Amino acid sequence: MATKDERYDKMAYEFIKVSITAYSITAIIGGLLAFSLFMFYPDFMKYMTRLFGPTMLAYALIFFAESASLYIYYYGWHAMHYGFLKWVHLTIGLVLNAVGTMLMFLANSWVTFMLSPGGVDAAGAFQGDIWKVIHNFLWNPINLHRFVANIAYGGSIVGAYAAYRFLSARNETEKAHYDWMGYTANLIAIGALLPLPFAGYWLTAEIYAYSQQMGITLMGGVFAWLFITQAVIIGALFLSANYYLWCGMERSPGAYRYTKYIKYIAGVIAVCFLVWFTPHTLILKPWELKTLGGQYHPFLGPLGIMPAKNTAVNNMLIFTFLSFLLYRRANKIPTVSWAAAGSAIQAAIFIAAILNIVYLGVYYGYFTNTVYKVASSVPQVASTLTVIISCMVIDVLMFKGAKDVGEFRWGKMPQRSQYALFLLAVSFTWLMGLMGFIRSAIRQHWHVYTVMRDNSLDAFTPTIGYAAKVVSIATVIFMAIVIFIFWLSQLSAKKQEDKSKLHPEVIPYEPAAKPLKPETETE
Amino acid sequence: MKIPKLLQFAVLVLIAYGIFKAPGWFGVPIPGSLIMMYMFFAVVTILLVMTSTEKSAQELFTPIKALVDDPSKAMTRNVVFAVIPIIGAVIVFNQVKPSFEAPVELRATHPAPPSTLRAFNKSFNIGTLENPMRKLAKEDPAKFKELVKEGGVVYYRNCFYCHGDKLDSKGHFAQGFNPLPLPFQGKDTIAQLQESFVFWRISTGGPGLPKESTPWLSSMPIWKDLLTEDEIWKAILFIYDYTGNVPRSWEK
Repeated sequence: MATKDERYDKMAYEFIKVSITAYSITAIIGGLLAFSLFMFYPDFMKYMTRLFGPTMLAYALIFFAESASLYIYYYGWHAMHYGFLKWVHLTIGLVLNAVGTMLMFLANSWVTFMLSPGGVDAAGAFQGDIWKVIHNFLWNPINLHRFVANIAYGGSIVGAYAAYRFLSARNETEKAHYDWMGYTANLIAIGALLPLPFAGYWLTAEIYAYSQQMGITLMGGVFAWLFITQAVIIGALFLSANYYLWCGMERSPGAYRYTKYIKYIAGVIAVCFLVWFTPHTLILKPWELKTLGGQYHPFLGPLGIMPAKNTAVNNMLIFTFLSFLLYRRANKIPTVSWAAAGSAIQAAIFIAAILNIVYLGVYYGYFTNTVYKVASSVPQVASTLTVIISCMVIDVLMFKGAKDVGEFRWGKMPQRSQYALFLLAVSFTWLMGLMGFIRSAIRQHWHVYTVMRDNSLDAFTPTIGYAAKVVSIATVIFMAIVIFIFWLSQLSAKKQEDKSKLHPEVIPYEPAAKPLKPETETE
Repeated sequence: MKIPKLLQFAVLVLIAYGIFKAPGWFGVPIPGSLIMMYMFFAVVTILLVMTSTEKSAQELFTPIKALVDDPSKAMTRNVVFAVIPIIGAVIVFNQVKPSFEAPVELRATHPAPPSTLRAFNKSFNIGTLENPMRKLAKEDPAKFKELVKEGGVVYYRNCFYCHGDKLDSKGHFAQGFNPLPLPFQGKDTIAQLQESFVFWRISTGGPGLPKESTPWLSSMPIWKDLLTEDEIWKAILFIYDYTGNVPRSWEK
């Protein structure tokens, strides 16, 4: 509605078509999960239903509202395409998102209650206030984390769809369209990915604040190595997002001015990445253990703790943003008189923020005491956000009315760049499975932490290898379903040719029928 | 002279490998498991940079394509196709060949504490517990100094055999244990912990460790059976004071 660019409308329509199938599959799998829970954990589900009964009913009703808004939104697309009706259509779309978010928040309350029960006494008896049960200690941190993550994940899945269509495009117009779609989706994914670590950090800090035991189990104890795996996948996410931006510079004739910086950005991101996944407790061969004299490395040990990780991830975010800024200006020449000063101010902000982040990480992380060790993360995040917001504002003002270096070439992307989009979607899915498992498993032998034990005979906490295999298989199955949905959406656009009309000579002889005349001349 | 991209790639990979191996030449090796992870991402990053533009990607891949396609390179092709599998075979052989070395263990050394601790005929809430003597550091520094000194006596009578006279985990008995005792020096062990955590670990020792991540194989005795509550708190004051660390406090 703002740009009147038809491409956005086409992209939204195309993807809502995909979403319709995904919605049905979600409902089927959700039903399967619910039935399985009632079948395998009847007592636990009885307890949860007794507590959350009203919210479950509300969930079902909101699900109806979501279905209604989804179908009206989809089937009313062409009927509400112009003028005021388009605004009505847009509103329905927003309602669809709002009710979907409400559904997620409700389901989150069930999950977080299991981690941080509220509104019940020590024996698990309901205290009479349903709001306290819903609004338990971890509800809001997980609401925020999932809200941001869903935007990033949605962007990555649309990106994967665009990549799929780009690779199977039959002409340059299609290629250009799906290239643009992939870029837009990637932008949404990266836009949400940048604040996601902060939301995740808040969630983890709240878990630790709620229960030191759960916090240490999560990152220091039994699941520490899954966190290293998580760090590796997050690093892959950042690398693939950056790689897509670097490859995207090929679309701009003026990109040659900036491609020389790619290697430096990559170098910094790689170093940050290595710090990011360096574990505190190392896997050592006996001779290495003997040489080092302990489980901790004298130089790498300090990199294994949170101040180093926070410093690394903030710098990774800043340099990913730098990739984006270079991409943005690759084809532009600013026309404002203060362009040189603007660029200098941007550079100064970048340098000041990086120095501040490193100083905060090193000084407060290693040379001060107590709570500052982790509390320095807040000013570090503030530095990163300052860079992103202030430099973006300067950039937008500076490149307003800027000249183009040449014609921007949508579709001129190497095929390998599209695999970066696939990797983004796969990494997100993998991460979600992995972190979902960890979030759930830190309860260990509790259905509801400290309130209701899991006394099933065959209950156990999976080993990390077993868990990683199950999560990986689930990721493969999930991605197979996603590809099936993509294929289905293409199938719906195909029309079989009526060969009988094209080639009358192959029609079987019917004595009672009049002789047929071809309606279309093929030659 | 312009160095061919493929050669640049090989040189950069070798430089990265050299950087990761270098600490080992000075007696502080980076573990092989970590070098493998580092190298994987170093190679990936170098590849990504070299294929980020079409021109660069072509320069990188053209010699490889030529090696496969070009009939005049048949001899080189045969050599490369023979050497690569041999290198792969040597790596695989070295990884799977039987050895007398004990297998590598994936060990978590940061156990999760319980929420409460039963010791000295009372219950302690680990989530809020503070060292009752810590406040004297400000209120009565002379008394605090005295307590630290007493903590030192407790330490050298009981703990130093394993944790070392410099608190660096190099005590007389240390090499007899696997895992080795925890060093208290540095900013990445006790500096990251609340005193309640340290109190729990000392009080209940190896047998008090949680069920997950077993076998812990900790040889730490149950000190609550051998020391008084005050002695444990004093020993904690000493280990922080000696190493120049300040315990982590609870977030307000």
